[in-house]
This record gives sequence, structure tokens and C-alpha cells, in this order.
Amino acid sequence: MESQTLPYVALAMTIAFAVFIAMAILVLNRLLGPRRTNAVKGGPFECGSDPIDSPRKRLNVRFYAVAIFFVVFDIEAVFLFPWAVNYRELLASPVFGAIALVEIVVFLGVLAIGLWYVWGKGALDWAFDGPAPRRDHG
Amino acid sequence: MTLTFVLLTLAKIVGFILVFCVILAAILTWVERKMSSIIQDRIGPNRAEILGIRAFGLFHPIADMIKSFTKEDFVPAGANRIMFFLAPAFALIPTLVVFAVVPFGPGDLVIANLDSGMLFVFAIMGFGIYGVTLGGWASASNFAMLGALRGAAQMVSYEVSMGLNVVGIFAVFGTVSLTQIVGAQGHLLWGWLPMWGIVVQPLGFVLFLVAAMAENKRAPFDLPEGESEIIGYFVEYSAMGFATFMLSEFIEIVVIACIAATLFFGGWQIPWLDPTGTAGGWITVAQVAFFAFKVLFLCWFQMLIRWTVPRFRYDQVMSLGWKVLLPLSLANILVTAVVLALVA
Repeated sequence: MESQTLPYVALAMTIAFAVFIAMAILVLNRLLGPRRTNAVKGGPFECGSDPIDSPRKRLNVRFYAVAIFFVVFDIEAVFLFPWAVNYRELLASPVFGAIALVEIVVFLGVLAIGLWYVWGKGALDWAFDGPAPRRDHG
Repeated sequence: MTLTFVLLTLAKIVGFILVFCVILAAILTWVERKMSSIIQDRIGPNRAEILGIRAFGLFHPIADMIKSFTKEDFVPAGANRIMFFLAPAFALIPTLVVFAVVPFGPGDLVIANLDSGMLFVFAIMGFGIYGVTLGGWASASNFAMLGALRGAAQMVSYEVSMGLNVVGIFAVFGTVSLTQIVGAQGHLLWGWLPMWGIVVQPLGFVLFLVAAMAENKRAPFDLPEGESEIIGYFVEYSAMGFATFMLSEFIEIVVIACIAATLFFGGWQIPWLDPTGTAGGWITVAQVAFFAFKVLFLCWFQMLIRWTVPRFRYDQVMSLGWKVLLPLSLANILVTAVVLALVA
């Protein structure tokens, strides 16, 4: 066996081990535990009252916005990893070092502008900050 | 040769993951209850006994395990049965697999020495979100769905800053491999100060710990669980399903402690002693023991934070992630880049 592939063999063994442990405890519980069902017990937990709507309904759009921001910012983080790994080596030469430094400043600047835009649009605000809105009962 | 390799790997998996990490996580459930009781001036768990020996309640994790195995594994009527059954496994498996790349000692004392080290950790930790989301969604319960949504949004938000604030560590040590990062931390700054991650990246460590604790959804960031209001994504789980979610949370404490010890506290390095890890013999034993000590310390530290800091509101959690941690992580990268350029 090639020496580069050995870590991946070890990794596959770890994954198999983890899957085995997780499934073993869940299956063992299913075999050992009792099983008695009835209609009341099968209902979802809502402090004893019947639910008035299904949980699989429309979500607040903020959760969707967070998912979008995650994709954008996480991909930008991924672009930083190769820079980080090579940065010290690039600094050894004055020309490439200067390019690497300027590039990262520009890159972080673009990231910061994106964050500033999203922030300014109020997309990161989850609640109304300040005094509670007045409710007129009329 | 192949058989030796397989047996050695098995020994490392059982020794490090099962004996050290999982048992440590089980003991941590006891530590957490005992620690909270001391902080709150209570006695805490002390009733479980074997042959009249109570051992300060140390048998409670065993009692809990026996109880979890023999209780009914309840499935709600409206649930997606397959996903409901698999979700706890989705939460547990990634936390166990992460240990494969953590070097717990010098040389070969790592299960899988991947060059992609930390990238692999991020990739696998990201899977943890599936356990939370699927568990909440498959339960077909409004409270569980709320917890799942909160959990997904929170974990995704803090994953961004977690990814960004280790960039500084990568830049300083010039690698993403955990083994090489630990090796590089054996160097000395100005001839006397060990070049540990916390020395060269102090802000990075604070940001990493906050992001990692938020990622683990424990108090003060326990909004997906919110035991006093929505009861979280595992509200419909009972018996071992619930216990698996809880166990994976405690194993993740150990994961965070291991990764933080590796990145910021020199892994198995003992300052000024055998930085290359080639001495062997009792020094290797001492290095593994010192790694275990660092992990224990960081586990204890996370528990201390959990029991001394008040909880956030959900909008506060989200704005901490996006409006404080993210800009600070970017500033940290910028400062690191400038300082490294000045030093070179």
C-alpha cells in the first residue's frame, strides 16, 4: 500500500467505527426499550393542547438571508486559506511579499464593504432595537 | 505490514476516541452537574451507589446510560420515522470522526495524519448541522422545528467567523496540517517564549473559543435548546435518541478542547522540552499526558463559562456573530498580515 493512502485508510476505519457506535446504541435501545403507543402519546409536544397548524410551513425570511450570507462569507473564507498557507513563503521575496500584502488588504476591503452593505441594509438586525412600538387598541 | 497498520490504527481509535474522549465526555456530564451544584451552593448528584459506595455521585453517568438504554424510544405519530431515527446518529458521528486528525502525541500518535488537517475538521464539523435540522424537522412538532431553525442559523453564522479566525494561525505557521502546526509551536520566540498559538494569536484564540462554544449550542448560546422556553430540536426525543444528542454535545466539548489545545496551546508540546518529539520513552508519555491535561483544562474552562455567564437573547446571539466576531476576525487577519510583513 502507498504511504500517502494510509491516512485515508485510517480515516475510513474511524468513520466505520463512528457509524458502528452510533447505530449500535440506537438499535440496542430499540431492542431493549418497551414500545407502547396510543393516540394521545403520539401527538406533538405542545403542553397538552392540540397543535393548530403544521410545523412544515413558511419560515421567516431572515433564516433564508442568513443561509445566503453564510454561503457568500464562507466561500470568501475558503479563498483566504491558500493565501494564509503561502503567505510566509511569499514574504521571503520583497516583490511577491508586497503583492501578497496588497492583495490581502484589497480582498479584506471587498469583504468589509460587503459586510458594511449588508449591515447598512438592516439584514443583520433580528429585532427592533429601541423602545417597543406603541400598540393602539382602537 | 498491512495487518500491523490496521491493528495499530484500531488500537489508536479505541484508545484515543473510545477510552479517552467518549469516557471523558460521560464523566463531563457528572462534572457539569457537580460544578453547577457547587456554584449554586447545592450538593448535586450523590444518590447512585454500587455496593454502598457512592463516590460523590460518580456512578450517575452509568445509571443514566442504563436508564437511557431501557426506556421507550418514542416516535411521534406525525414524524418521518427514518429521519427521526437517523438524526441522533448524524449528530454523533461527525463529533467522533473529528478526533481522527487530532495529534494526541508526537510522531505517529495521530490516527490519520491528513495534510488537509484543519480543513477536514471544518468539513466534518459542518455535518453536525444535519443532526440538529433533521431531528427538528422530522419530529413534526412546532417547538422542535423552531429549535432546528434557530440551531441551523446559529451554527451556520458562527461557522463563518470560526473559519475566518483560524486564518491567522494558518498564516503564522504556513500550514493547515494539525501535525505540522503542533510541530511549529515547538519553536521559541526571541529565544525563550514558546511560539504557542495563544502567544502569536491571542485575539484569534478568544474569537475561536467564542465561535466554537456558539457552534456547540451550549449556554450562553443555548437558544436552539432554550430549555426554559422552546425546549429545542430534541423535544420529541426520548431514551437513547435524546441521550445521543446530549452525548454528542458533551463530546463536542472535548472536540473543541482538543482543537483549541492543538491550535493555540501547542498540542502535546511541553515548553523547552524536546520540541521535535523524537526523544521517545518517558518524555513521549509525559507529552501525551500534558496534551490530556490541556484538554481537561479547556473542558473545565468551557464548563466554567457555561455556569457563570448569563444567556443571550436570540437576536443578541446573531448580532454577536455577524456584527462583532466577523469584523474582529477580519481585523485579526489584517493585523496578522501586516505584522508578518513587518517581521519578515
